[in-house]
Amino acid sequence: MTTKKFMFVNRKAPYGTIYAWEALEVVLIAAAFEQDVSLAFLDDGVFQLKKGHQTKDIGVKAFEKTWGALEDYDVTKLYVAQESLAERGLTADDLAIPVEVLSRAEIGKKMEEQDVLLSF
Amino acid sequence: MKFAILINEGPYTHQASDTAFHFAKAVLARGHEIFRVFFYHDGVNNATRLTTPPQDDRNIVDRWSKLATGSELDMVVCVAAAQRRGIVDDGEMKRNGKDATNLAPGFRISGLGQLVEAGIQADRIVVFGD
Repeated sequence: MTTKKFMFVNRKAPYGTIYAWEALEVVLIAAAFEQDVSLAFLDDGVFQLKKGHQTKDIGVKAFEKTWGALEDYDVTKLYVAQESLAERGLTADDLAIPVEVLSRAEIGKKMEEQDVLLSF
Repeated sequence: MKFAILINEGPYTHQASDTAFHFAKAVLARGHEIFRVFFYHDGVNNATRLTTPPQDDRNIVDRWSKLATGSELDMVVCVAAAQRRGIVDDGEMKRNGKDATNLAPGFRISGLGQLVEAGIQADRIVVFGD
């Protein structure tokens, strides 16, 4: 099968809308299709990665456990916009999994290298 | 050029489906190919035949159905997103023990692999969403 570079751009906070959750479902399918998958987290999307989500009282599945599945699928290219973290008072230490913190401009360069960009 | 289209928003609330429709028509009018139109998130709501807009408004669902039958467009609705939102064909009705179907003509329900395949096969995948 042809391998293409798929980047998933996550821009939304984790629980207010379903975008983040359904985006993750596509990420896992693309990985199962053995595509070259990367994820970029911009804007409120950085909140998806924050550790310590407590979602029991709102009756919604938490993300934190699912991030572990990414490594099982060999999805290890996670890029987080430094400016988006800083604007929200966050650093890489606040995140649940290891990521590469890049400037928006650097993430823009990564986007230019992709074959397929899916933005959620 | 071979295009694929991803629609992530439902009809009427959001312009994504309208804009995607006009884009799809323009693509075909210019002699390009559309490998697939994939409906995801609330975009699956573009596929319910029970939509009944006021008579002086456009019928977004019928418009897609007519485009599909007129140009053999492959229009795929994500099964997981459809199940969450109650978009049902015969197979899903039987599988999930429901008592009705509502999938409009020209659409079919299938998995997210169809979206990934569209990304692989098309020269460009264009996303319409929020």
